[in-house]
Amino acid sequence: MVKKGVQAAKYFYIALIFIFLYAPIVTLVVLSFNASKSRAVWGGFSFRWYAALFQNSEIISALSNTLVIAFTSALVATLIGTMACVAMNRMKKLPRTLMMGVSNIPMLNADIVTGISLMLLFIALHFSLGFVSVLLAHITFNIPYVVLSVMPKLKQTNRSTYEAALDLGATNLYAFRKVILPDIFPGVLSGFLLAFTMSLDDFVITHFTKGPGVDTLSTKIYSEVRKGIKPEMYALSTLLFLSVLILLVIVNRRSDKTAKQ
Amino acid sequence: MNNKRQTLWNHLLATPYVLWMAAFIVIPLFFILYYGLTDADGRLTLSGLAQITNPVNQKALWLSLELSLVSTVICLLLAYPLAMILRSLQMNSTSFIVLIFILPMWMNFLLRTLAWQTLLDKTGVLNTFLTGVGLPPQNLINTPAAIILGMVYNFLPFMVLPIYNVLIKIDRNVENAARDLGANGFQTFLKIILPLSLPGVISGITMVFVPALTTFVISDILGGAKILLIGNVIEQEFQILNWHSGSGLSLVLMVFILISMFVMSKYDKEAEGTAIW
Repeated sequence: MVKKGVQAAKYFYIALIFIFLYAPIVTLVVLSFNASKSRAVWGGFSFRWYAALFQNSEIISALSNTLVIAFTSALVATLIGTMACVAMNRMKKLPRTLMMGVSNIPMLNADIVTGISLMLLFIALHFSLGFVSVLLAHITFNIPYVVLSVMPKLKQTNRSTYEAALDLGATNLYAFRKVILPDIFPGVLSGFLLAFTMSLDDFVITHFTKGPGVDTLSTKIYSEVRKGIKPEMYALSTLLFLSVLILLVIVNRRSDKTAKQ
Repeated sequence: MNNKRQTLWNHLLATPYVLWMAAFIVIPLFFILYYGLTDADGRLTLSGLAQITNPVNQKALWLSLELSLVSTVICLLLAYPLAMILRSLQMNSTSFIVLIFILPMWMNFLLRTLAWQTLLDKTGVLNTFLTGVGLPPQNLINTPAAIILGMVYNFLPFMVLPIYNVLIKIDRNVENAARDLGANGFQTFLKIILPLSLPGVISGITMVFVPALTTFVISDILGGAKILLIGNVIEQEFQILNWHSGSGLSLVLMVFILISMFVMSKYDKEAEGTAIW
Protein backbone atom coordinates (compact mmCIF):
# COMPACT_ATOMS: atom_id res chain seq x y z
CA MET A 1 0.00 0.00 0.00
CA VAL A 2 2.79 2.42 0.97
CA LYS A 3 4.72 1.28 -2.08
CA LYS A 4 1.80 2.12 -4.31
CA GLY A 5 1.64 5.60 -2.79
CA VAL A 6 5.34 6.17 -3.42
CA GLN A 7 4.93 5.02 -7.01
CA ALA A 8 2.02 7.40 -7.52
CA ALA A 9 4.02 10.27 -6.03
CA LYS A 10 6.83 9.57 -8.46
CA TYR A 11 4.54 9.72 -11.49
CA PHE A 12 2.93 12.84 -10.08
CA TYR A 13 6.32 14.55 -9.86
CA ILE A 14 7.20 13.57 -13.43
CA ALA A 15 3.82 14.88 -14.57
CA LEU A 16 4.44 18.24 -12.86
CA ILE A 17 7.82 18.64 -14.59
CA PHE A 18 6.17 17.72 -17.87
CA ILE A 19 3.48 20.35 -17.44
CA PHE A 20 6.16 22.90 -16.63
CA LEU A 21 8.17 22.04 -19.75
CA TYR A 22 5.22 21.75 -22.10
CA ALA A 23 2.93 24.56 -20.87
CA PRO A 24 4.56 27.16 -23.17
CA ILE A 25 4.43 24.75 -26.09
CA VAL A 26 0.72 24.13 -25.58
CA THR A 27 0.23 27.89 -25.29
CA LEU A 28 1.88 28.44 -28.66
CA VAL A 29 -0.18 25.72 -30.31
CA VAL A 30 -3.37 27.28 -28.91
CA LEU A 31 -2.29 30.74 -30.09
CA SER A 32 -1.74 29.43 -33.60
CA PHE A 33 -5.47 28.66 -33.81
CA ASN A 34 -6.52 31.98 -32.30
CA ALA A 35 -8.53 34.06 -34.77
CA SER A 36 -7.58 37.25 -32.92
CA LYS A 37 -4.20 38.83 -33.62
CA SER A 38 -3.70 39.70 -29.94
CA ARG A 39 -2.07 37.22 -27.63
CA ALA A 40 -4.29 38.30 -24.75
CA VAL A 41 -7.68 37.75 -26.38
CA TRP A 42 -9.24 34.51 -27.61
CA GLY A 43 -11.08 35.35 -30.81
CA GLY A 44 -12.33 31.89 -31.63
CA PHE A 45 -10.89 28.91 -33.48
CA SER A 46 -9.45 29.58 -36.91
CA PHE A 47 -7.01 28.30 -39.50
CA ARG A 48 -6.40 31.79 -40.89
CA TRP A 49 -2.74 31.99 -39.76
CA TYR A 50 -1.96 28.69 -41.42
CA ALA A 51 -3.35 30.03 -44.69
CA ALA A 52 -1.51 33.34 -44.23
CA LEU A 53 1.73 31.54 -43.45
CA PHE A 54 2.27 30.31 -47.01
CA GLN A 55 1.67 33.79 -48.37
CA ASN A 56 4.26 35.36 -46.08
CA SER A 57 7.43 35.31 -48.17
CA GLU A 58 9.61 36.71 -45.35
CA ILE A 59 8.79 33.85 -43.02
CA ILE A 60 9.16 31.28 -45.78
CA SER A 61 12.59 32.62 -46.71
CA ALA A 62 13.66 32.64 -43.03
CA LEU A 63 12.45 29.05 -42.77
CA SER A 64 14.40 27.98 -45.84
CA ASN A 65 17.56 29.73 -44.53
CA THR A 66 17.12 27.98 -41.18
CA LEU A 67 16.67 24.54 -42.71
CA VAL A 68 19.51 24.91 -45.25
CA ILE A 69 21.90 26.14 -42.56
CA ALA A 70 20.85 23.43 -40.11
CA PHE A 71 21.20 20.64 -42.68
CA THR A 72 24.48 21.81 -44.22
CA SER A 73 26.13 22.66 -40.92
CA ALA A 74 25.07 19.36 -39.37
CA LEU A 75 26.36 17.43 -42.39
CA VAL A 76 29.76 19.15 -42.51
CA ALA A 77 30.12 18.96 -38.72
CA THR A 78 29.29 15.24 -38.78
CA LEU A 79 31.95 14.64 -41.42
CA ILE A 80 34.69 16.65 -39.71
CA GLY A 81 33.74 15.45 -36.24
CA THR A 82 33.56 11.75 -37.10
CA MET A 83 36.89 11.85 -38.93
CA ALA A 84 38.47 13.57 -35.95
CA CYS A 85 37.02 10.97 -33.55
CA VAL A 86 38.46 8.08 -35.55
CA ALA A 87 41.85 9.78 -35.50
CA MET A 88 41.63 10.72 -31.82
CA ASN A 89 40.72 7.19 -30.84
CA ARG A 90 44.10 5.99 -32.13
CA MET A 91 46.14 8.85 -30.71
CA LYS A 92 48.33 8.94 -27.65
CA LYS A 93 46.79 10.37 -24.52
CA LEU A 94 48.22 13.89 -24.65
CA PRO A 95 47.19 14.95 -28.16
CA ARG A 96 43.83 13.29 -27.60
CA THR A 97 43.18 15.19 -24.38
CA LEU A 98 44.22 18.40 -26.11
CA MET A 99 41.85 17.84 -29.02
CA MET A 100 38.97 16.88 -26.73
CA GLY A 101 39.70 19.96 -24.62
CA VAL A 102 39.36 22.27 -27.63
CA SER A 103 36.06 20.64 -28.54
CA ASN A 104 34.80 21.38 -25.03
CA ILE A 105 35.46 25.12 -25.32
CA PRO A 106 32.34 26.08 -27.32
CA MET A 107 30.20 23.73 -25.21
CA LEU A 108 31.26 25.26 -21.92
CA ASN A 109 31.83 28.80 -23.11
CA ALA A 110 28.94 31.25 -23.18
CA ASP A 111 27.14 31.54 -26.52
CA ILE A 112 27.47 35.30 -26.37
CA VAL A 113 31.27 35.05 -26.12
CA THR A 114 31.48 32.47 -28.94
CA GLY A 115 29.23 34.64 -31.11
CA ILE A 116 31.16 37.84 -30.44
CA SER A 117 34.54 36.18 -30.99
CA LEU A 118 33.42 34.81 -34.37
CA MET A 119 31.99 38.19 -35.34
CA LEU A 120 35.30 39.91 -34.50
CA LEU A 121 37.15 37.29 -36.58
CA PHE A 122 34.93 37.77 -39.62
CA ILE A 123 35.16 41.54 -39.39
CA ALA A 124 38.95 41.48 -38.97
CA LEU A 125 39.24 39.31 -42.09
CA HIS A 126 36.89 41.67 -43.98
CA PHE A 127 34.62 38.72 -44.49
CA SER A 128 31.14 40.11 -45.05
CA LEU A 129 28.58 39.00 -42.47
CA GLY A 130 25.75 37.08 -44.08
CA PHE A 131 24.56 33.62 -44.92
CA VAL A 132 28.05 32.09 -45.22
CA SER A 133 29.34 33.53 -41.94
CA VAL A 134 26.31 32.12 -40.11
CA LEU A 135 26.88 28.75 -41.76
CA LEU A 136 30.57 28.71 -40.72
CA ALA A 137 29.59 29.64 -37.16
CA HIS A 138 27.00 26.88 -37.00
CA ILE A 139 29.45 24.25 -38.26
CA THR A 140 31.83 25.42 -35.53
CA PHE A 141 29.45 25.00 -32.62
CA ASN A 142 28.01 21.78 -34.07
CA ILE A 143 31.31 19.87 -34.31
CA PRO A 144 31.56 19.32 -30.52
CA TYR A 145 28.06 17.79 -30.40
CA VAL A 146 29.10 15.26 -33.04
CA VAL A 147 32.34 14.46 -31.19
CA LEU A 148 30.32 14.01 -28.02
CA SER A 149 27.96 11.51 -29.67
CA VAL A 150 30.51 9.55 -31.70
CA MET A 151 33.39 9.27 -29.23
CA PRO A 152 31.64 7.00 -26.67
CA LYS A 153 30.53 4.60 -29.42
CA LEU A 154 34.03 4.51 -30.86
CA LYS A 155 35.50 3.66 -27.48
CA GLN A 156 33.23 0.60 -27.33
CA THR A 157 34.48 -0.77 -30.65
CA ASN A 158 37.07 -3.48 -30.70
CA ARG A 159 40.37 -2.31 -32.14
CA SER A 160 41.50 -5.80 -33.05
CA THR A 161 38.76 -6.38 -35.63
CA TYR A 162 39.89 -3.29 -37.50
CA GLU A 163 43.52 -4.40 -37.36
CA ALA A 164 42.51 -7.88 -38.47
CA ALA A 165 40.80 -6.36 -41.49
CA LEU A 166 43.96 -4.45 -42.33
CA ASP A 167 46.09 -7.59 -41.91
CA LEU A 168 43.79 -9.44 -44.27
CA GLY A 169 44.52 -6.86 -46.92
CA ALA A 170 41.69 -4.33 -46.54
CA THR A 171 42.58 -0.73 -47.27
CA ASN A 172 42.03 1.83 -44.52
CA LEU A 173 38.95 3.19 -46.17
CA TYR A 174 37.48 -0.26 -46.83
CA ALA A 175 38.16 -1.41 -43.27
CA PHE A 176 36.60 1.78 -41.93
CA ARG A 177 33.49 1.34 -44.05
CA LYS A 178 33.01 -2.34 -43.34
CA VAL A 179 34.22 -2.66 -39.75
CA ILE A 180 34.12 0.64 -37.85
CA LEU A 181 31.26 2.52 -39.46
CA PRO A 182 28.54 -0.08 -38.79
CA ASP A 183 29.52 -0.06 -35.10
CA ILE A 184 29.54 3.68 -34.64
CA PHE A 185 26.67 4.50 -37.01
CA PRO A 186 24.06 5.08 -34.26
CA GLY A 187 26.42 7.60 -32.68
CA VAL A 188 27.05 9.32 -36.00
CA LEU A 189 23.33 9.54 -36.68
CA SER A 190 22.46 10.89 -33.26
CA GLY A 191 25.34 13.36 -33.58
CA PHE A 192 23.90 14.59 -36.86
CA LEU A 193 20.38 14.90 -35.45
CA LEU A 194 21.61 16.68 -32.34
CA ALA A 195 23.69 19.09 -34.43
CA PHE A 196 20.68 19.73 -36.68
CA THR A 197 18.44 20.46 -33.69
CA MET A 198 21.04 22.70 -32.01
CA SER A 199 21.50 24.70 -35.20
CA LEU A 200 17.75 25.02 -35.61
CA ASP A 201 17.28 26.36 -32.09
CA ASP A 202 20.29 28.69 -32.00
CA PHE A 203 19.69 32.37 -31.65
CA VAL A 204 22.63 34.04 -29.91
CA ILE A 205 25.47 32.98 -32.21
CA THR A 206 23.36 33.65 -35.32
CA HIS A 207 22.46 37.08 -33.94
CA PHE A 208 26.12 38.13 -33.80
CA THR A 209 27.36 36.50 -37.01
CA LYS A 210 24.53 37.45 -39.35
CA GLY A 211 24.44 40.51 -41.55
CA PRO A 212 21.53 42.72 -42.54
CA GLY A 213 19.09 41.13 -44.94
CA VAL A 214 19.73 37.55 -43.86
CA ASP A 215 17.37 36.09 -41.31
CA THR A 216 16.80 32.72 -39.73
CA LEU A 217 13.57 32.00 -37.88
CA SER A 218 15.23 32.89 -34.57
CA THR A 219 16.52 36.27 -35.64
CA LYS A 220 13.24 37.01 -37.42
CA ILE A 221 11.33 36.29 -34.23
CA TYR A 222 13.72 38.41 -32.18
CA SER A 223 13.26 41.39 -34.48
CA GLU A 224 9.50 41.02 -34.04
CA VAL A 225 9.53 40.77 -30.25
CA ARG A 226 9.13 44.51 -29.73
CA LYS A 227 6.54 45.21 -32.41
CA GLY A 228 4.62 42.01 -31.79
CA ILE A 229 5.03 38.53 -33.21
CA LYS A 230 3.10 37.76 -36.37
CA PRO A 231 0.71 34.89 -35.54
CA GLU A 232 1.89 33.08 -38.69
CA MET A 233 5.01 32.32 -36.69
CA TYR A 234 2.96 30.33 -34.15
CA ALA A 235 1.39 28.39 -36.99
CA LEU A 236 4.80 27.58 -38.47
CA SER A 237 6.24 26.43 -35.13
CA THR A 238 3.20 24.27 -34.51
CA LEU A 239 3.64 22.63 -37.90
CA LEU A 240 7.36 22.04 -37.28
CA PHE A 241 6.75 20.67 -33.82
CA LEU A 242 3.92 18.36 -34.87
CA SER A 243 5.85 16.98 -37.85
CA VAL A 244 8.80 16.06 -35.62
CA LEU A 245 6.44 14.56 -33.05
CA ILE A 246 4.75 12.40 -35.69
CA LEU A 247 8.14 11.39 -37.10
CA LEU A 248 9.29 10.31 -33.65
CA VAL A 249 6.16 8.27 -33.04
CA ILE A 250 6.62 6.46 -36.38
CA VAL A 251 10.30 5.75 -35.70
CA ASN A 252 9.46 4.47 -32.22
CA ARG A 253 6.68 2.21 -33.56
CA ARG A 254 9.06 0.82 -36.18
CA SER A 255 11.83 0.07 -33.71
CA ASP A 256 9.30 -1.50 -31.33
CA LYS A 257 8.12 -3.79 -34.11
CA THR A 258 11.63 -4.82 -35.12
CA ALA A 259 12.47 -5.40 -31.46
CA LYS A 260 9.49 -7.76 -31.16
CA GLN A 261 10.43 -9.68 -34.27
CA MET B 1 55.87 0.73 -43.13
CA ASN B 2 52.34 -0.14 -42.16
CA ASN B 3 52.64 1.90 -38.99
CA LYS B 4 53.95 4.90 -40.86
CA ARG B 5 51.02 4.79 -43.25
CA GLN B 6 48.70 4.45 -40.29
CA THR B 7 50.08 7.59 -38.70
CA LEU B 8 49.81 9.49 -41.97
CA TRP B 9 46.19 8.36 -42.36
CA ASN B 10 45.53 9.50 -38.81
CA HIS B 11 46.96 12.94 -39.43
CA LEU B 12 44.90 13.21 -42.58
CA LEU B 13 41.72 12.46 -40.66
CA ALA B 14 42.49 14.91 -37.86
CA THR B 15 43.63 17.80 -40.06
CA PRO B 16 40.25 19.32 -40.99
CA TYR B 17 39.17 19.27 -37.35
CA VAL B 18 42.41 20.80 -36.06
CA LEU B 19 42.43 23.53 -38.69
CA TRP B 20 38.74 24.30 -38.20
CA MET B 21 38.91 24.47 -34.42
CA ALA B 22 42.07 26.60 -34.54
CA ALA B 23 40.55 29.03 -37.02
CA PHE B 24 37.06 29.33 -35.54
CA ILE B 25 37.46 28.58 -31.84
CA VAL B 26 40.97 29.40 -30.64
CA ILE B 27 41.97 32.36 -32.81
CA PRO B 28 38.62 34.20 -32.34
CA LEU B 29 39.13 34.11 -28.58
CA PHE B 30 42.39 36.01 -29.06
CA PHE B 31 40.43 38.66 -30.93
CA ILE B 32 38.32 39.25 -27.83
CA LEU B 33 41.52 39.45 -25.81
CA TYR B 34 42.99 41.94 -28.30
CA TYR B 35 39.93 44.20 -28.46
CA GLY B 36 39.38 43.99 -24.72
CA LEU B 37 42.88 45.20 -23.93
CA THR B 38 43.30 47.91 -26.55
CA ASP B 39 41.64 51.19 -27.49
CA ALA B 40 40.47 52.49 -30.87
CA ASP B 41 44.05 53.45 -31.82
CA GLY B 42 45.36 49.98 -31.01
CA ARG B 43 47.14 51.10 -27.83
CA LEU B 44 47.26 48.82 -24.83
CA THR B 45 44.77 49.97 -22.19
CA LEU B 46 42.75 48.67 -19.30
CA SER B 47 39.81 50.97 -19.95
CA GLY B 48 37.84 48.15 -21.60
CA LEU B 49 38.17 46.00 -18.50
CA ALA B 50 37.52 49.02 -16.28
CA GLN B 51 34.03 49.28 -17.79
CA ILE B 52 33.00 46.85 -15.10
CA THR B 53 33.57 49.50 -12.41
CA ASN B 54 30.83 51.60 -13.99
CA PRO B 55 27.96 51.41 -11.45
CA VAL B 56 25.36 50.37 -14.04
CA ASN B 57 27.53 47.54 -15.34
CA GLN B 58 28.48 46.48 -11.85
CA LYS B 59 24.86 46.32 -10.82
CA ALA B 60 24.12 44.24 -13.90
CA LEU B 61 26.93 41.81 -13.09
CA TRP B 62 25.81 41.35 -9.48
CA LEU B 63 22.21 40.87 -10.54
CA SER B 64 23.29 38.31 -13.16
CA LEU B 65 25.33 36.42 -10.58
CA GLU B 66 22.44 36.50 -8.13
CA LEU B 67 19.75 35.37 -10.57
CA SER B 68 21.91 32.67 -12.19
CA LEU B 69 22.90 31.29 -8.78
CA VAL B 70 19.28 31.14 -7.64
CA SER B 71 18.15 29.46 -10.85
CA THR B 72 21.03 26.97 -10.68
CA VAL B 73 19.99 25.99 -7.15
CA ILE B 74 16.32 25.66 -8.18
CA CYS B 75 17.32 23.57 -11.20
CA LEU B 76 19.38 21.28 -8.98
CA LEU B 77 16.54 20.89 -6.47
CA LEU B 78 14.09 20.03 -9.25
CA ALA B 79 16.43 17.89 -11.34
CA TYR B 80 17.98 15.62 -8.73
CA PRO B 81 14.70 14.03 -7.55
CA LEU B 82 13.60 13.76 -11.19
CA ALA B 83 16.80 11.94 -12.13
CA MET B 84 16.43 9.64 -9.11
CA ILE B 85 12.82 8.85 -10.05
CA LEU B 86 13.75 8.15 -13.67
CA ARG B 87 16.47 5.82 -12.46
CA SER B 88 14.15 3.96 -10.10
CA LEU B 89 11.41 3.55 -12.72
CA GLN B 90 13.90 2.04 -15.18
CA MET B 91 11.83 3.18 -18.10
CA ASN B 92 13.13 3.40 -21.63
CA SER B 93 15.42 6.34 -21.09
CA THR B 94 16.12 7.35 -24.69
CA SER B 95 12.56 8.12 -25.65
CA PHE B 96 11.99 10.01 -22.43
CA ILE B 97 15.14 12.07 -22.86
CA VAL B 98 14.16 12.94 -26.41
CA LEU B 99 10.78 14.04 -25.11
CA ILE B 100 12.19 16.17 -22.34
CA PHE B 101 15.23 17.57 -24.11
CA ILE B 102 15.18 17.34 -27.89
CA LEU B 103 11.54 17.72 -28.83
CA PRO B 104 10.87 21.11 -27.15
CA MET B 105 13.82 22.52 -29.11
CA TRP B 106 11.84 22.14 -32.32
CA MET B 107 9.62 24.89 -30.98
CA ASN B 108 11.86 27.94 -31.21
CA PHE B 109 13.53 28.92 -27.93
CA LEU B 110 12.50 32.57 -28.30
CA LEU B 111 8.89 31.63 -28.93
CA ARG B 112 8.83 29.29 -25.95
CA THR B 113 10.15 32.07 -23.74
CA LEU B 114 7.63 34.49 -25.26
CA ALA B 115 4.88 32.02 -24.42
CA TRP B 116 5.71 32.57 -20.75
CA GLN B 117 4.80 36.22 -21.31
CA THR B 118 1.31 35.10 -22.25
CA LEU B 119 1.17 32.84 -19.22
CA LEU B 120 2.51 35.38 -16.73
CA ASP B 121 0.95 38.59 -18.05
CA LYS B 122 -1.23 40.81 -15.86
CA THR B 123 -4.25 39.52 -17.77
CA GLY B 124 -2.49 36.28 -18.64
CA VAL B 125 -3.46 32.67 -18.19
CA LEU B 126 -2.04 32.30 -14.69
CA ASN B 127 -3.65 35.46 -13.33
CA THR B 128 -6.99 34.59 -14.94
CA PHE B 129 -6.77 31.29 -13.11
CA LEU B 130 -5.87 32.99 -9.82
CA THR B 131 -8.74 35.46 -9.97
CA GLY B 132 -11.00 32.63 -11.08
CA VAL B 133 -10.40 30.74 -7.84
CA GLY B 134 -10.77 33.94 -5.81
CA LEU B 135 -7.12 34.81 -5.24
CA PRO B 136 -5.67 38.28 -5.89
CA PRO B 137 -3.79 38.61 -9.22
CA GLN B 138 -0.02 38.69 -8.93
CA ASN B 139 2.45 40.98 -10.61
CA LEU B 140 4.56 38.33 -12.30
CA ILE B 141 5.89 39.60 -15.60
CA ASN B 142 8.88 41.97 -15.80
CA THR B 143 10.19 40.97 -12.39
CA PRO B 144 13.46 39.23 -11.47
CA ALA B 145 11.32 36.22 -10.50
CA ALA B 146 10.03 35.96 -14.07
CA ILE B 147 13.62 35.94 -15.33
CA ILE B 148 14.51 33.18 -12.87
CA LEU B 149 11.53 31.19 -14.09
CA GLY B 150 12.67 31.65 -17.68
CA MET B 151 16.18 30.48 -16.77
CA VAL B 152 14.93 27.42 -14.90
CA TYR B 153 12.57 26.58 -17.76
CA ASN B 154 15.24 26.87 -20.46
CA PHE B 155 18.13 25.22 -18.67
CA LEU B 156 16.49 22.51 -16.53
CA PRO B 157 17.24 19.77 -19.12
CA PHE B 158 20.94 20.63 -18.91
CA MET B 159 20.81 19.76 -15.22
CA VAL B 160 18.68 16.63 -15.52
CA LEU B 161 20.78 14.93 -18.20
CA PRO B 162 24.25 14.88 -16.63
CA ILE B 163 22.83 13.81 -13.24
CA TYR B 164 20.72 11.09 -14.84
CA ASN B 165 23.65 9.85 -16.93
CA VAL B 166 25.80 9.44 -13.84
CA LEU B 167 23.03 7.90 -11.72
CA ILE B 168 22.22 5.10 -14.17
CA LYS B 169 25.88 4.07 -14.24
CA ILE B 170 25.95 3.43 -10.47
CA ASP B 171 26.06 -0.31 -9.90
CA ARG B 172 22.95 -1.56 -8.10
CA ASN B 173 25.16 -4.02 -6.22
CA VAL B 174 27.00 -1.19 -4.49
CA GLU B 175 23.67 0.03 -3.20
CA ASN B 176 22.59 -3.47 -2.18
CA ALA B 177 25.85 -4.00 -0.36
CA ALA B 178 25.26 -0.88 1.71
CA ARG B 179 21.75 -2.08 2.57
CA ASP B 180 23.08 -5.53 3.49
CA LEU B 181 25.61 -3.93 5.78
CA GLY B 182 22.76 -2.28 7.68
CA ALA B 183 22.47 1.19 6.16
CA ASN B 184 18.93 2.48 5.81
CA GLY B 185 17.65 4.12 2.66
CA PHE B 186 18.65 7.61 3.69
CA GLN B 187 22.14 6.57 4.78
CA THR B 188 22.66 4.70 1.52
CA PHE B 189 21.71 7.81 -0.38
CA LEU B 190 23.94 10.07 1.67
CA LYS B 191 27.00 7.84 1.76
CA ILE B 192 26.79 6.01 -1.58
CA ILE B 193 24.54 7.59 -4.19
CA LEU B 194 25.23 11.25 -3.51
CA PRO B 195 29.05 11.06 -3.55
CA LEU B 196 29.03 8.87 -6.66
CA SER B 197 26.69 11.24 -8.47
CA LEU B 198 28.77 14.32 -7.69
CA PRO B 199 30.49 14.51 -11.12
CA GLY B 200 27.07 14.72 -12.77
CA VAL B 201 25.92 17.37 -10.32
CA ILE B 202 29.03 19.48 -10.92
CA SER B 203 28.72 19.25 -14.67
CA GLY B 204 25.02 20.05 -14.43
CA ILE B 205 25.78 23.11 -12.33
CA THR B 206 28.24 24.51 -14.87
CA MET B 207 25.93 23.70 -17.75
CA VAL B 208 23.13 25.73 -16.13
CA PHE B 209 25.17 28.45 -14.45
CA VAL B 210 27.16 29.63 -17.49
CA PRO B 211 24.24 30.12 -19.90
CA ALA B 212 22.11 31.65 -17.12
CA LEU B 213 24.89 34.06 -16.18
CA THR B 214 25.39 35.22 -19.76
CA THR B 215 21.88 35.29 -21.20
CA PHE B 216 20.45 38.47 -22.62
CA VAL B 217 17.41 37.06 -24.37
CA ILE B 218 15.53 35.79 -21.33
CA SER B 219 15.97 39.07 -19.45
CA ASP B 220 14.98 40.95 -22.60
CA ILE B 221 11.72 39.05 -23.02
CA LEU B 222 10.64 38.34 -19.44
CA GLY B 223 12.28 41.34 -17.76
CA GLY B 224 10.61 43.82 -20.11
CA ALA B 225 13.97 45.43 -21.04
CA LYS B 226 13.88 47.22 -17.69
CA ILE B 227 16.12 44.74 -15.93
CA LEU B 228 19.68 44.72 -17.27
CA LEU B 229 21.87 41.67 -16.94
CA ILE B 230 25.53 41.62 -17.88
CA GLY B 231 24.63 39.88 -21.15
CA ASN B 232 22.30 42.77 -22.06
CA VAL B 233 25.05 45.29 -21.31
CA ILE B 234 27.53 43.48 -23.57
CA GLU B 235 24.96 43.04 -26.33
CA GLN B 236 24.15 46.76 -26.23
CA GLU B 237 27.84 47.71 -26.40
CA PHE B 238 28.13 45.70 -29.61
CA GLN B 239 24.87 47.17 -30.93
CA ILE B 240 26.44 50.63 -30.77
CA LEU B 241 29.68 49.20 -32.25
CA ASN B 242 31.63 49.82 -29.07
CA TRP B 243 33.79 46.73 -29.54
CA HIS B 244 36.50 47.62 -27.06
CA SER B 245 34.16 48.07 -24.08
CA GLY B 246 32.11 45.06 -25.14
CA SER B 247 35.19 42.87 -25.42
CA GLY B 248 36.53 44.18 -22.10
CA LEU B 249 33.28 43.22 -20.38
CA SER B 250 33.32 39.84 -22.15
CA LEU B 251 36.78 39.24 -20.71
CA VAL B 252 35.47 39.95 -17.21
CA LEU B 253 32.62 37.52 -17.89
CA MET B 254 35.08 34.90 -19.12
CA VAL B 255 36.85 34.95 -15.76
CA PHE B 256 33.67 33.53 -14.21
CA ILE B 257 33.27 31.03 -17.05
CA LEU B 258 36.88 29.91 -16.65
CA ILE B 259 36.39 29.40 -12.92
CA SER B 260 33.42 27.12 -13.55
CA MET B 261 35.27 25.28 -16.34
CA PHE B 262 38.19 24.71 -14.01
CA VAL B 263 35.95 23.35 -11.27
CA MET B 264 34.26 21.08 -13.79
CA SER B 265 37.49 19.73 -15.29
CA LYS B 266 38.58 18.68 -11.81
CA TYR B 267 35.53 16.49 -11.42
CA ASP B 268 34.72 15.44 -14.91
CA LYS B 269 37.92 14.21 -16.52
CA GLU B 270 36.47 12.64 -19.63
CA ALA B 271 33.54 15.05 -19.93
CA GLU B 272 31.27 12.05 -20.18
CA GLY B 273 28.71 13.61 -17.87
CA THR B 274 27.75 15.91 -20.70
CA ALA B 275 27.04 13.11 -23.15
CA ILE B 276 23.47 13.20 -24.28
CA TRP B 277 22.66 9.94 -25.99
